[in-house]
Amino acid sequence: MNTDGAAIEAAIEAVGLVKCFGEVEAVRDVSFTVPRGTVLGVLGPNGAGKTTTVRMLTTLARPTAGTGRVLGLDVQRDATKVRASIGLAGQYAAVDENLTGRENLRLVGKLTHLSPSRTAARAEALLEQFNLAHAADRLVRTFSGGMRRRLDLAASLVHEPPVLFLDEPTTGLDPKGRNELWGVIRSLVGGGTTVLLTTQYLEEADALADRILVIDHGTVIAEGTSAELKSRFASTVIEVGFRDAESAGLAAAVLAPVGDLRTKGEVVRIGVSGDASAQAMLAAVRALDGAGMEPATMVLREPTLDDVFLALTGHAAEEVDDTDDDVVVAKGRGRKSKAEPRPEGGAR
Amino acid sequence: MTLVADTRSMAWRNVLNIRRNPELLVFATIQPVIFVLMFRYVFGGAIQGSLPPGQTYVNYLMPGVFVQTIVFGALTTAVGLADDLHLGLIDRFRSLPISRAAVLTGRTTADLLRNFFVVVLMMLVGFAVGWTVETGVWGLVGAMLVILGFAYALSWAFAIVGLTARNSETAQAISFPILAVLVFASSAFVPVATMPSWMQGWARNQPVSVVIDAIRALTLTGDARDQVIKAVAWIVGIIAVCVPIAVARYRKAT
Repeated sequence: MNTDGAAIEAAIEAVGLVKCFGEVEAVRDVSFTVPRGTVLGVLGPNGAGKTTTVRMLTTLARPTAGTGRVLGLDVQRDATKVRASIGLAGQYAAVDENLTGRENLRLVGKLTHLSPSRTAARAEALLEQFNLAHAADRLVRTFSGGMRRRLDLAASLVHEPPVLFLDEPTTGLDPKGRNELWGVIRSLVGGGTTVLLTTQYLEEADALADRILVIDHGTVIAEGTSAELKSRFASTVIEVGFRDAESAGLAAAVLAPVGDLRTKGEVVRIGVSGDASAQAMLAAVRALDGAGMEPATMVLREPTLDDVFLALTGHAAEEVDDTDDDVVVAKGRGRKSKAEPRPEGGAR
Repeated sequence: MTLVADTRSMAWRNVLNIRRNPELLVFATIQPVIFVLMFRYVFGGAIQGSLPPGQTYVNYLMPGVFVQTIVFGALTTAVGLADDLHLGLIDRFRSLPISRAAVLTGRTTADLLRNFFVVVLMMLVGFAVGWTVETGVWGLVGAMLVILGFAYALSWAFAIVGLTARNSETAQAISFPILAVLVFASSAFVPVATMPSWMQGWARNQPVSVVIDAIRALTLTGDARDQVIKAVAWIVGIIAVCVPIAVARYRKAT
């Protein structure tokens, strides 16, 4: 065990973690530190290596190289002690459909070797805290997706772990379910729990995390606070959509003086600083009007993970859904609203 | 002992699962009941001629049906574990500070209880169609122990299948041919002597036949020592080989 004072302050440490599956390097040299009582958001698209990193730190997968430590304990050598100190809630709600909500929590209490009375008390408290008391004795197969997620998170908390790993806790939830879960996560952090949270949504990392680690193709490409990361691109984005890529290309030439410009297909994105966004919008409108060009859409919005990715890597985070709250200011077709939630993990 | 406590917790969970899906117990008995009726009343007359004089076909058949029931029941172990893996429950269990074997010992223990109920049910069906135990209560108890021992061993073998398959459809697809060869190329329904000579060596010595022959001896003549020793050897052998493999598979399961 590491007795170094600085290391004890760190609840989670990854040092040069590498994981290969055959030829494929899913994670290559990922290092970071999560101080006690803080939240790290690990942000990246599908397949970036987020889940694999979490699996290594939660003792589920053996690192090909590098080490992981939780509360100073090595995740390989002290795996059992690490397991006693962590909670893990996954992307798919890992609860038993044929048990009731209460039975699922009792099972985790038994398996974490709490006394029967402590198990019962924790189950009751969590059912209350997660707004599941009304459904405590219903079989989980009758639960909605949001209820399953809440139960899954509750199950990871029965033994009151000081360190919590949440692997895409809100993927597939509707906005209401997501907001509910965010509230719960915030209250846990308020109670001093250290959290590592993976997400595909900048908005989510922004809302919950103290610091954000951006990973892509298994490597860390940026680390910082949400504000720091956004400032790498711009604090506001003007997004101008055209009917085809050719018109977008022509417009890009006209719009170039307005700000930091990138073209992707039939969409032109211009990064501008927040306090100059209104002027920039006007300048863009004048430039297009002057050239006799008519865009299909024109939107002023917050930067998304996609923008940060584009700025950091030069390629977009393709798999990422848009979840930004748009302020539609221009004519033309409105952007498609939120993508349909993905099917719940309980589906076979 | 954390293994004992964890096994009890996991078995509790698996027994609750069985109780919440009673239709699975019913389905587990429908097929063997159909076999009993079919072989007892349709093929029985034809097969009777191949039996030694004095032996009734129903007394020959029922031990085969009991073992057929638990052999196909082993599919449940494979499918249940594949489902747990597929739905992420194994990940949750592996992230908890429990004994590395507990998920498997818990499931095989619960499956043993399920098999006990199913075999009792099938014995009642047997009595209804004229099955008789010539050796009294102790013969019956001995037969039950051998059946359950074999069921327990097979659960471990099919735990490996379940942990390899990763989803229930694949688990069934892998298991069915293995189970079919074990059950039908055996002494379960027809005497091995009626099979082609190249098949007889396998059919006589493979575990399903050995166990069935031990049960026949236990329930019909009582002169069962050699057959029971062979059956126990198979049971112990399967457990000794499959438990370490299954536990290793569980530890690496992702």
